[in-house]
Amino acid sequence: MQLLAENLCVERGGRAVFAGLGFAVASGEALLLTGPNGAGKTTLLRTIAGFLRPRDGEIRLSGGLEDREVGELAHYIGHANGIKATLSVTENLAFWSAFLGEGDRSAHADRVETALDRFNLSDLEDIPAAYLSAGQKRRLGLARLMVAPRPLWLLDEPTVSLDAGSTALLAAIVAEHLAAGGLALAATHIPLGLDTARELRLSAEGAVA
Amino acid sequence: MSSLWTLLARDLRLAMREGGAVGTALGFYLLVVAMLPLGLGPDLNLLSRIAPGILWIALLLAALLSLSRMFEIDHEDGSLEIMALSGQPLEAVCAVKALAHWLTTGIPLALLAPLLGILLNLDIAAYGVLVATMLAGTPAISFLGSIGAALTLRTRRGGLLIALLVLPLYVPTLIYGIAAISAALMVPTAFWPSFMILLAISLGSLVLGPIAAAAALRIQMQ
Repeated sequence: MQLLAENLCVERGGRAVFAGLGFAVASGEALLLTGPNGAGKTTLLRTIAGFLRPRDGEIRLSGGLEDREVGELAHYIGHANGIKATLSVTENLAFWSAFLGEGDRSAHADRVETALDRFNLSDLEDIPAAYLSAGQKRRLGLARLMVAPRPLWLLDEPTVSLDAGSTALLAAIVAEHLAAGGLALAATHIPLGLDTARELRLSAEGAVA
Repeated sequence: MSSLWTLLARDLRLAMREGGAVGTALGFYLLVVAMLPLGLGPDLNLLSRIAPGILWIALLLAALLSLSRMFEIDHEDGSLEIMALSGQPLEAVCAVKALAHWLTTGIPLALLAPLLGILLNLDIAAYGVLVATMLAGTPAISFLGSIGAALTLRTRRGGLLIALLVLPLYVPTLIYGIAAISAALMVPTAFWPSFMILLAISLGSLVLGPIAAAAALRIQMQ
């Protein structure tokens, strides 16, 4: 499959954040969105997810998925982690697994366990999420990527509050996702350590370099 | 479908763990009703006459208190955005959240009402109909309220605004709820027409509430 954006123009508050933006990302490819604050990285990701409507241009999928909403095939990792403080780490992830994914109870339990293990959260399983540190919360939010398989990952500053080890871990998980034929778009200030990733640089003036 | 059950189960579990919203609503209901006899004086006939109206109005106000939290918490922690992309219709998500609100607020308030009726010297014949009308009418409170909760999602201190938006929508429920009770006290069979209309209002809001709330949420998430 391929994600295509053509001649994209998005307005926020009456001002065009970017215009004439176009790109194509195919299976196995990652696109890093870079640029200064306010360049429109989050806006672009939210437009792809379907929260914002572009003023001009279109975003579509090719490869037999033309009639599907992009958002339904995407994981959107935004600034908030989607975690409930009063639920335990496992309960939080198990909810998203059951809500987003398919399969029976044991399949969900397996996926939750694998994801927690992968993000080094196994020791914290039964702790209410309220007691997690910022980085641990972030990892729990990111673990959602692994409990429901979806081809497109939209990551908005995924490395915020992650330590160096966890950042490398995330890069490895994204690389695995790409190797399995997935797509990833990440807005980031820190290079994720993905060798194959291309870069799309957004500039503050609304033009694309 | 199983996703929606999961969501309902999570919302009920959260309501039990956090407990604050339900407790506040019940406490508010108790206090308002308990203060009325203090303000009006111990005229038992007067209290008895106005009891159904007082119990209904105080119930509406108590339910309003917890409405603003219906989507707010999920919006703040990002859950709502994930749900919007889940592939489940947002209308269904709204319906489940309104249903959870009814189960955790509407039903407890309706069940507390007869106890508070004792404080107001409610006619003994009215207890059954009171609970029946409240159980039939409170779904409308949650489902119409979901529209207000969705519209005021990003409004700072939206609680008062919700009251202004939603209370007028509750007028039909209030009128027919009280009409059913007073009719039942005079002629038992006269209870049904008003009660049926009350049910119809609730069923209508069951359909319209989620559609309007989902439309409002889509705008709020832009």
